[in-house]
Amino acid sequence: MTSDKLSFSLDGSPGEKQTLYLSGRLSIEYLDKMLSLIEELFREKRPAEIIVDLKDVTYMDSAGALFLLELEHRAANESIPVNLLNMSFKEKGILDLIDRQSLKEETILTEKRGQGIVEQIGYGAIDFLNDIKNVVSFTGTIIIKLFSSVFHLNTIRWGDVITCMKKTGVDGLPIVGLISFLLGLIMAFMSSLQLKQFGANMFVPSLVSIAMIKELGPIMTAIIVAGRSGSAFAAEIGTMKVNEEVDALITMGFDPVKFLAIPKVFAAMVVVPFLTIFSDLFAIFGGLVVGVLGLDLTIHTYIQQTMKAMKIFDIVTSLIKAVVFAVLIAGIGCQRGFEVKNSAEEVGSATTSAVVSSLFIIIVVDSMFAIVLSYLK
Amino acid sequence: MSNKDAVIVVEGLTVRFGDDLILDNVSLEVYRGEVFVILGGSGCGKSTLLKHIIGLYEPAGGRVIINGIDMTAADDNKLRQVRRDMGMLFQSSALLGSMTVFENIALPLKEYTDLSDRAIRLMVRMKLAMVGLSGYENHFPSELSGGMKKRAGIARAMALDPTILFFDEPSAGLDPVTAAELDLLIKNINNGIGTTMVIVTHELESIFNIAQRVIMLDRGEKGIIAEGDPMRLRRESTDPRVRNFFNRHIAEHLIEGA
Ligand SMILES: Nc1ncnc2c1ncn2[C@@H]1O[C@H](COP(=O)(O)OP(=O)(O)OP(=O)(O)O)[C@@H](O)[C@H]1O
Ligand SMILES: [Mg+2]
Repeated sequence: MTSDKLSFSLDGSPGEKQTLYLSGRLSIEYLDKMLSLIEELFREKRPAEIIVDLKDVTYMDSAGALFLLELEHRAANESIPVNLLNMSFKEKGILDLIDRQSLKEETILTEKRGQGIVEQIGYGAIDFLNDIKNVVSFTGTIIIKLFSSVFHLNTIRWGDVITCMKKTGVDGLPIVGLISFLLGLIMAFMSSLQLKQFGANMFVPSLVSIAMIKELGPIMTAIIVAGRSGSAFAAEIGTMKVNEEVDALITMGFDPVKFLAIPKVFAAMVVVPFLTIFSDLFAIFGGLVVGVLGLDLTIHTYIQQTMKAMKIFDIVTSLIKAVVFAVLIAGIGCQRGFEVKNSAEEVGSATTSAVVSSLFIIIVVDSMFAIVLSYLK
Repeated sequence: MSNKDAVIVVEGLTVRFGDDLILDNVSLEVYRGEVFVILGGSGCGKSTLLKHIIGLYEPAGGRVIINGIDMTAADDNKLRQVRRDMGMLFQSSALLGSMTVFENIALPLKEYTDLSDRAIRLMVRMKLAMVGLSGYENHFPSELSGGMKKRAGIARAMALDPTILFFDEPSAGLDPVTAAELDLLIKNINNGIGTTMVIVTHELESIFNIAQRVIMLDRGEKGIIAEGDPMRLRRESTDPRVRNFFNRHIAEHLIEGA
């Protein structure tokens, strides 16, 4: 690249014919300079006619052409004639690249950003309500389709169910196991600090097992599954929406909910109760480690105490809870995915919102379970 | 093209994806200021070749030298410098979906120059006018048709008036009139600014219209099977694959089966 800079000189007294000599590069680096030159020319010289001499221009790119067009445009507005002198064939070619008419065209859409705070709150509220409606109706759809699938088992895409079970269940087991183990460990350790003072070490095993089976097992598992798999479902289906893959499925006569969502929901329903059981077991094991190493309980006593605290009713309701959580997490994940319309950004927010809404609903449903179960007993 | 000054030199480029050998020992040169067209059947590795030339992927073997800089060995600084002089239109347009058309085109301008907002606005409007998309500044890519996305992608590739432009199927998805206008635009940019152009296209008409030199890739051969002036290739090539391409014939064994 040549390094000859843009330079210019103006000839002519104010109010009369102005001759602008340009030399060097008429290129994008100098666009701002060239634009202010136009301003200056019109403000200070109020020309009657403008001659632009391009004899010494060594290089012109489209920014240079833009400058010449702007100059012409400004001059035309004030009906001042402009003459371009010594323009090379090449430079003319560049000028011809630009359609002068369409440069002036108005933008079709006005900028969408910038709503007032009141408007934003209003839209936010509407979105929120619509959202609740959508989630409820989608979950309803899923439950109906689940039932119909159960009666027509051959319509379920078992290959997908198996892959999804592996991804949600098998691949999720290490993290569920680790977190539950640490949870059990911490619970046992913290409670023993208090219970030791009363010589009530014996209650640590039952504390851990009751807390895990009734509440923490299902909840912890649900939270991990929402983070790992709910988000993945939303991202997967969302990306498919962006790529028009979902449209393609519809065109081929598939029901996208049945094709994409049902296998995931089904897999989650099977796998999450198992994960919950594992979570309970790992937590009890964590408690056992503390009990044996820190509280001088024997393995035998610890397990015996744990068994004594377990009730079939609690275990069954805990598993039912896990199934319900599974449907909600997978359902919301898929629903968020289907809400994506056409951009990568939406996939991101769908993923986030799948996790956040799942967590919210898990807590709400868990409290409902707590109330209902307390009356059932 | 009296002084054959090569801007792009590809030496023995070998590309494989896993065990799948796509290009085997491909060498080519692109000279300054020419319109160079890459042809070949679907899936023969044209897009892959482009992506390797601009240094997006590391080749399994060989070198790519652009403006004297070895893309396979250059450090980030050098790469950035070379990339400022290149513009690429991807086959899928690859506009950033979270940004409006305006922001997409303004992006390289903001990154590589320190122009004022007003100058950037004018530049963007001009580029949009060039591709016939005036007025679509505030549309998001998802609100454009396929052909409009292509044109917005072209405007973005041209934002900085790069000295080398790579277009992957610029006229796919465009109507014949717009496609012809695009050919004219390509020719004018080439003539006016002297931009070197490397273009992948299947449109026969456009090939004869814009190409000064073509190469033809083949899936079976994993490399170049023909090179030269498209008119001459059509007239003189003895290779049936080349003849079929230029005459829109399907391979003979298929005709016999019908
Ligand atoms: N990321 C990738 N991983 C594996 N294989 C790939 C990848 N990208 C391309 N290929 C393979 O490389 C080959 C060439 O692909 P490429 O996209 O370059 O074709 P093309 O010549 O551009 O075809 P078209 O005209 O259809 O666009 C194909 O066989 C494809 O399967
Ligand atoms: Mg391609």
